[in-house]
Amino acid sequence: MTNAVLTGLVLGGMYALIAMGLTLQYGVARIMNLSYGEFLIGAAFASYWLFTGWALNPLAGLAFVIPVSFGISYLLYRVLLTPLVRRARTRDALEVDSILATFGMMFIVQGIMLTMFGGAYFSYSFLAVPVTIVGEVLALNRLIAFGLAVVVGLALYLTLTRTRIGTSIRAVAVDPIAAQLVAIDVTRTSALAFALGGALVASAGVLISMFLTFSATSGVVFTMKALIVVVMGGVGNLLGCLVAGLALGLSEALVATFIDPGLTLAVNFALFLGVLLVKPAGIFGRAQR
Amino acid sequence: MSSTQITTGAICLAAVVALAFAPMIVDAYHLALAISLLQFTVLATAWGMFSGPTRYVSLATTAFFGVGAYTVAVLGEQLPWSLVLLIAAAIGAVMAVIVGLSTLRLSGVHFVIFTFGLAELVRQIVVWYEVNMTRVLGRYVFVDITQNDIYWQLLTLAVIVFGTGWLIARSRFGFALRIIGEDETVARHCGINVTIAKVALFTITATFMTLVGAIMAPRFTYIEPSIAFNATISFEVVIMALLGGAHRLWGPALGAIPLTLLFDFLSARFPSTSTLIMGVVFLLIVYALPSGVVGLWEKLKAWRPTASKMRGAQA
Repeated sequence: MTNAVLTGLVLGGMYALIAMGLTLQYGVARIMNLSYGEFLIGAAFASYWLFTGWALNPLAGLAFVIPVSFGISYLLYRVLLTPLVRRARTRDALEVDSILATFGMMFIVQGIMLTMFGGAYFSYSFLAVPVTIVGEVLALNRLIAFGLAVVVGLALYLTLTRTRIGTSIRAVAVDPIAAQLVAIDVTRTSALAFALGGALVASAGVLISMFLTFSATSGVVFTMKALIVVVMGGVGNLLGCLVAGLALGLSEALVATFIDPGLTLAVNFALFLGVLLVKPAGIFGRAQR
Repeated sequence: MSSTQITTGAICLAAVVALAFAPMIVDAYHLALAISLLQFTVLATAWGMFSGPTRYVSLATTAFFGVGAYTVAVLGEQLPWSLVLLIAAAIGAVMAVIVGLSTLRLSGVHFVIFTFGLAELVRQIVVWYEVNMTRVLGRYVFVDITQNDIYWQLLTLAVIVFGTGWLIARSRFGFALRIIGEDETVARHCGINVTIAKVALFTITATFMTLVGAIMAPRFTYIEPSIAFNATISFEVVIMALLGGAHRLWGPALGAIPLTLLFDFLSARFPSTSTLIMGVVFLLIVYALPSGVVGLWEKLKAWRPTASKMRGAQA
């Protein structure tokens, strides 16, 4: 029982971290990114490549992966997605367009990874040392990943609430049109938020690659879970991400331990529907329109 | 009925009759190709029938396709063929009603997320059931269905799909759907029960997709969850319908034909990079042809003098 709860907490912390990036991309930049998980797997492969090819510690690899993915996501928004934002007349139209564009992107990124690495599963052994916590044994790499997820999440929270740029990001999330009235460059702020989301998911990818096996096609599952957490917690809400992420992780671990590991996705969806039937805007979401 | 409509009807009828005789003439390779063409035409048209008017992007085609195929794999040997098809259609319809009722009441995002995961969810449940209850993973389909039978069944289904689409478009139901597509709030104020209309349409189209899966199942011979619930099908169907233009009944078919041929060629010639190329084609269509070939055609028509414009409005 304790072990299941601990595993669930670590897993939930990762889900919350992944979802925070998506909530920035969807809540602020208004891009429903279906290729999100592909960028997570991309970062996992980068970390794998750095670790096996260059013997670079994944934690040191973060210093390389995060800026690169920030840059890639920024360019992606500027080059591919800004035309869609300009073309869209309403928010709903942008949503449909961004779903379609990122759906295509998902296959492109997946295709690139498939040609480079093939369809096999990859993993590497880093800090797989047992540690005892409250009488239960956990691997050190999981604990470090969890700790770093907490640090990154906290840093993001403080940036958004304590700094000037964070405040303008939140302003765009609330109302992109009114934000212009207080001299916020909405396009730039959106691009920044999108890139920040890309950097977050890349860091999550590196952390996850330390303790999970992954393949070129396993990104879809992460996209799905991130979407579920974001919508369940309330779009654009970091606290919602945390609560919903932990709930998802815990329920998954408990079901895997006590019922069947093959039913985790079913639990995710049951939880998702259950929450939305009671609160359609998500746990912390405000009703719109 | 005007004379143009009668001519169009006669041409369609002649085309169907001509297509029905195709298996007698062509060789095995071209018959297989014709089956793929029909399969994707039906799937893309059914997709467009729902997503065109409602503007909800459904990514769950393969979930229904897979359920149909799997039903045949489980029941195909025990029951007569027509009964198997009926049961498959019923299962697909029930699943669509459940998915529709639980997500279509909410906003479009929930629907997209749910359909995005639906195939994976159903696949996981099927695997879990097979591993724990029946203890077999992967089944052989031994039914007495030839390639010709598959072709004729698909052709019949295609005729039914187009007929249904045509009937819906000229009924009160179709009118209500067009209003919903334009503005949901207005539709609600007109007294249209938006949820029921959307769920009904989703169920009808999903049933067609399930039937395609069921009809195609004998072609696989061996079925396991990862084959039946192949995500590529959802992807291909969306891109075909978009290329053609989902806002017209016959639009998706225009996209299905060239792209089926293209993908067939790609998977034979560049098996390792076909995913990548398909993604690029998809993006090109989203950016360059947002309303498909049909949309482009209508735009070109709008430039020409008024006489042709009026015909365009009538059609």
